[in-house]
Amino acid sequence: MAQITLTIDAVGATVPEGTSVLEAALSAGIYIPTLCYDKDLEPYGACRICIVEIEGMDGLPTSCTTRAADGMVVRTDTERVNRVRRTICEMLIADHPADCLTCPANQSCELQQVASHLGIMQQRLEPLEREHVLDESNPFFKLDLSTCILCARCVRACNELRGVGAIELVGRGYECHVGTFLDGPMVESVCESCGECVDRCPTGALSAKAERLPPTREVKTTCVYCGCGCGLVLGVRGNRIVRVRGEAAHPVNRGSLCVKGRFGLDFVGSADRLTAPLIRRDGELQEAGWEEALELVAGRLSEIKAEHGPDALAGLSSAKCTNEENYLFQKFVRAALGTNNVDHCARLCHASTVVGLARAFGSGAMTNSLGEIEHADCILVTGSNTTEAHPIIALRIIAAVERHGARLIVADPRRIDLVRFADLHLRQRSGTDVALFNAMMNVILGEGLADEKFIASRTEGFEQFRRALEECTPEWAEPITGVPAGEIRAAARTYAGAERASIIYSMGITQHTTGTDNVLSLANLAMLTGNVGRPSTGVNPLRGQNNVQGACDLGALPDVYPGYQKVDDAGVRRSFEQAWGVPLPAEPGLTVVEMTNAAAEGLLKGLYVMGENPMLSDPNVNHVREALEKLDFLCVQDIFLTETARLADVVLPGVSFAEKDGTFTNTERRVQRVRAAVDSPGEARQDWAIICEVASRLGYPMHYDHPSQIMDEMASVTPIYGGMSFERVDEVGPQWPCPDAEHPGTVYLHEGEFKRGRGKFHPVRFREAAELPDEEYPFLLTTGRCLYHFHTGTLSRRSAGLEELSPPAPFEIHPEDAAAEGISEGQIVQITSRRGTVRARAVLTERSRPGMIFMPFHFREAAANLLTNDALDPVAKIPEYKVCAVRLKKAHESSPGC
Amino acid sequence: MRFEQIQQKAASAWSEFTDPGRPRILVGTGTCGRAAGAGEVLQAIRSHAPQAGLEARVYEVGCLGLCYAEPLVELSGPGLPRVLYGGLAPEDVPGLLRDYYEHGDLRPDLALAVMEGDSLEGIPTFKDHPMMAGQVRIVLRNCGLIDPGNIDHYIARGGYAGLARALAMAPQQVIEEVKRSGLRGRGGAGFPTGRKWEFCRNSPGDRKYLICNADEGDPGAFMDRAVLESDPHSVIEGMAIAAYAIGAGEGYVYVRAEYPLAVQRLQEAVRKANEYGLTGDDALGSGFRFHVRLKQGAGAFVCGEETALLASLEGKRGMPRPRPPFPAQKGLYGRPTNINNVETLANVPVILSRGSGWFAAHGTEASRGTKTFALAGKIVRTGLIEVPLGISLQKIVFGIGGGIPEEKRIKAVQTGGPSGGCIPAELLRMPVDYERLTEAGSIMGSGGMVVMDEDTCMVDIARYFVEFTQSESCGKCAPCRLGTKHMFGILTRISSGEGRPQDIELLEEIAEAVKLGSLCGLGQTAPNPVLTTIRYFREEYETHIHDKKCLSGVCKQLVTFQVNEQKCKMCNVCKENCPANTIEGERKKTPYKIVQSGCTKCGICFDACPFGAIEVV
Repeated sequence: MAQITLTIDAVGATVPEGTSVLEAALSAGIYIPTLCYDKDLEPYGACRICIVEIEGMDGLPTSCTTRAADGMVVRTDTERVNRVRRTICEMLIADHPADCLTCPANQSCELQQVASHLGIMQQRLEPLEREHVLDESNPFFKLDLSTCILCARCVRACNELRGVGAIELVGRGYECHVGTFLDGPMVESVCESCGECVDRCPTGALSAKAERLPPTREVKTTCVYCGCGCGLVLGVRGNRIVRVRGEAAHPVNRGSLCVKGRFGLDFVGSADRLTAPLIRRDGELQEAGWEEALELVAGRLSEIKAEHGPDALAGLSSAKCTNEENYLFQKFVRAALGTNNVDHCARLCHASTVVGLARAFGSGAMTNSLGEIEHADCILVTGSNTTEAHPIIALRIIAAVERHGARLIVADPRRIDLVRFADLHLRQRSGTDVALFNAMMNVILGEGLADEKFIASRTEGFEQFRRALEECTPEWAEPITGVPAGEIRAAARTYAGAERASIIYSMGITQHTTGTDNVLSLANLAMLTGNVGRPSTGVNPLRGQNNVQGACDLGALPDVYPGYQKVDDAGVRRSFEQAWGVPLPAEPGLTVVEMTNAAAEGLLKGLYVMGENPMLSDPNVNHVREALEKLDFLCVQDIFLTETARLADVVLPGVSFAEKDGTFTNTERRVQRVRAAVDSPGEARQDWAIICEVASRLGYPMHYDHPSQIMDEMASVTPIYGGMSFERVDEVGPQWPCPDAEHPGTVYLHEGEFKRGRGKFHPVRFREAAELPDEEYPFLLTTGRCLYHFHTGTLSRRSAGLEELSPPAPFEIHPEDAAAEGISEGQIVQITSRRGTVRARAVLTERSRPGMIFMPFHFREAAANLLTNDALDPVAKIPEYKVCAVRLKKAHESSPGC
Repeated sequence: MRFEQIQQKAASAWSEFTDPGRPRILVGTGTCGRAAGAGEVLQAIRSHAPQAGLEARVYEVGCLGLCYAEPLVELSGPGLPRVLYGGLAPEDVPGLLRDYYEHGDLRPDLALAVMEGDSLEGIPTFKDHPMMAGQVRIVLRNCGLIDPGNIDHYIARGGYAGLARALAMAPQQVIEEVKRSGLRGRGGAGFPTGRKWEFCRNSPGDRKYLICNADEGDPGAFMDRAVLESDPHSVIEGMAIAAYAIGAGEGYVYVRAEYPLAVQRLQEAVRKANEYGLTGDDALGSGFRFHVRLKQGAGAFVCGEETALLASLEGKRGMPRPRPPFPAQKGLYGRPTNINNVETLANVPVILSRGSGWFAAHGTEASRGTKTFALAGKIVRTGLIEVPLGISLQKIVFGIGGGIPEEKRIKAVQTGGPSGGCIPAELLRMPVDYERLTEAGSIMGSGGMVVMDEDTCMVDIARYFVEFTQSESCGKCAPCRLGTKHMFGILTRISSGEGRPQDIELLEEIAEAVKLGSLCGLGQTAPNPVLTTIRYFREEYETHIHDKKCLSGVCKQLVTFQVNEQKCKMCNVCKENCPANTIEGERKKTPYKIVQSGCTKCGICFDACPFGAIEVV
């Protein structure tokens, strides 16, 4: 970008073209006081404090809204400028209570700072009498209008950055104030409680409720909730987290956070935390010493191994734990237990991605980076309720549309929140994704919109693929998918017509018996239009858990070692045998659902679960319970007594993310540091240390002094992590592949060449879901997440505020269906599938298609997974969470339940 | 249809309208007329004409501008002159119709003017009517003279000839023609219209918008309303020409929802212009595509400001944003947009049809053409006027307006509405143009003109306008939102006798911060009423502050009502009327006396006394 030079207070400043005078001054080290400026928001020019004099311009332009120009001469500190600034500041202070000493913003208040800079000493103006309005309805923050200076940073952040628009300036003249629609309580507005407004407020008008005393120190770490991988700054006082803010310079969240990350970390200091090992005695779990517990675990595992062989044992690793812990856990299972029966919840979310994208491209991860989304011309979001499940990634999508004019296509059976920003909403019947995408590709081929050069030079298998699409016209797809043919055509043209088109998907695509086919279809679509291997394009699966990417990368999967190296490849196996110093099993192990089935059949005898909760997260939970109860030995290592831990023989207390050092890998393959901020409670031990203890007692000594040593070892056996070390990932984590210390990391994959050489087209034929509604079970049930909770709720449901904002056990039903069934809002309804029954609270909404109901799966009170179908995708072994058939009946009980 | 055919059709409709062989009655039923009872008069005419055996054609027309004389009715018939009558009540109708049509009695007692031909029976011709003499009607050329719902009337009087001529020219030539005319924005700021168009034309973008700002919001201003109600096609034609010049395919009229009649007339006009092929997909077969849509404002004064108007059009809260980028660069939906007000656009067809030279012959060197004003306040003839720029205030007030009623002395003229200033009587000889008004501390504004007499308190006037801008400030920027509030507070305390010695300086300092610091024109001009009243009437402020007196008797808390014992006839009327029961006295015994401790200064006794014995001191 061209550079320009201007003179500010006789100082020369050279800045890129387009820089504002204010920013130019700041870059030249010249302070201009301001109250409404925020570098992340559009210039607003409302506080009028940043006025300056510019030669050749009339009046006093605001420096925040005036672009610096070459040769411009600016004076920021003249008598007239300061006189007007002072008068304006005096007016603000006359409209502000004089209660600085008790204000939550005392010492961080920007009005204080500006007034002090301008030397406002005396009050010449009569204080204005403002009605004191305090909105404390939100559980996490309060709005005190008396201290508001109407800089509108909150309003703009809510609109511009979050796309929510819960607050706006309301009223005219002196009555103008920040308010919600019709001035209702904040909590009844569309507010998502992300706290962005609180973060941006320069005064005490918006303040967090919990924050009575400021933190005494801050620790940078990575959020533990979802796969976004936001940079958190934990504010600690004593041994307590008292404030959380987003890391402003972080490449993913740029200072923003969602409600869970900012306000939902109560679980760390929860009184429910496990503080000592538990051993089942006389049917009851009772506290025990570490020595006894570890001996028991090692002893029982050894016995089972000796009696039934190593494959009678299995381990479930954890997408919540660090890379180091996952590496160590799979090494423990393979080297110490001697089996490849290791898996984790990735099986339940993106197994089909890992398989599908590996087949098509050679690598099963997000092809592109989160930051690139903003610059795509067209974004196809399918099967991802991004604003709720990946709130910070949704911000990039919204910015692409709102700031950069991207076209957004949402293909989702539900009218999710993103539809507000979409050009097109294709509302396909659940489970008909292949038909929909095939029809789009039929149009692209038929209308000559394909990228023939890309197809010819970068791909293979095109002919066979093309032939398979011949029948798949939009008219063919319309009755299958329920999407009008015209909309399919429009979507195809929009997607294919874009210079940079990006596909974003998540579990609405993967959690089907056709999950792998769905993923392959999307890969086909991207290759057909040449949208792979370039910035802001690609096929981008959003990973659900904070470290599900890392758990996969580090080999917590039954068929691969760290770095996706196949266990049935003899060469690979030999090198791991060498590295780990033991012979290793050659056969791939059992996947999650296969473990359950094996346990139910009595083939699997012992299971070691680290940080997972299959009793809520796996499909067909009744079946899971039977299986777990049938085990000879169940060991659970966790921070809470989860539904699964309650069934265990031994429970070992681990530590939370806020108490440990390590790394997480986010959904864009970025390896990021996790840092201990507080001490762990009671006798809880570091998870990696527990694994070492158990392994050593099993006769396989493991010893590390610090997780960084584990990282070094794992980098030495994992080529894609070859260049990683704690030192390397300290500030900004690089994205894998990063084979050596000099490698800069990889922002987007498949540039120039696919990982597998040529991209491979796969002909994919439409198949129906395993279980469809019928006369007996007339409704289609689909499941997913909601904004305020995470997964089985082990963490999020320990926040009273989140619980208040999202009361338990809702299910969504279309008002027409509700009317036909005689169901009213809030009513408790019995929902029954072929596998179980729950009672949930009806929420009437047009978000759901008629004939379809939706349930979040966070709530043990009405566990959605009692109902879901454990039918598997034949290739990826992922269960079909997204489609099953249920029937509804009004319940007699007044509360949700199972 | 070719334009010549359209004109022929229009000509025959016009000759039917003007057919002297049949009785014709025109009733001015603009909002102003209706407010004065034109609806009832119209009804009376419709019911009495047939009774009187009269086969009269009755038309509703717009506003002639003689508001003081509403409702207005024009009669004509075979062998009878066109005579304008004013101030009619429904009960006047039967007699007037009988006298005029049966007896040929022109009723000079009710007549205002002869509309065509010479003066008769002492009734002046319309152009010699004292209110019309000195006016030049370009913008108001058709107002009150045509049926605003009839597009043929507009065309027959030269309408759409400007568009036809423009479409035969290159867009740049149209811009040049407007530049040569010297037309400046009539919304208040006076930016040269041609240059504004050129700016927008030269902005890169394949989609541009043309917007007519019809959000007339100044209290007491009704120029645009009159044009929209009385001659909507003049605005539509102006918009089409402007759109062609800048390269816009879509136009919006942003019109106040409080102008229901204007909205209705505009909707009808847009429909008709499309039907005639004057606008639409292929205007007059030229290939020029132009569609007009209406958007009704929700009543915010600030939405008259260009960027706030754009925000409102986009469905956002109507708040101004900083410029640059100017609307011509990034306007509606981020695309180049040109915004002109109603009066500006209504001038455009004439510039094109009669030529820039003809237009530029009116007005002064820097301020060409005419300006409409809504003349109001303490003046004999209130109404809507159009005068060549450069005319003196003196001529407007004492010539056209007929001076001050009740032989009071004039104190000041306020121009430019709440954003304007008060020009003192000493400056009445000042010519009315953009620059001179600005020099005097006021602005041209959109055309409000309020005349103030000696009974007007200038502190109170400043307070009134600041109260208005305070309540209409959008609240976005601090100086406007808070500065107007503080100024209002200080003016209130001055007018209630609690003024402090340093208050004038404080007002000036706040005014400076508001003027220099505010984001948009609303705030930048909001201090004008305060600053001009301080500038020209400082002693009034000082009297309020130091002597605690309001010599105009307006600031009630600074006024003492007393009984003049010499004049008091001891009639007891004051005592009977006093709501505070604070007047003592006995009928026909002793002069009455106001007990000051109980007096609420309501002034009822002052008004009630038949002998003028209650005095203000």
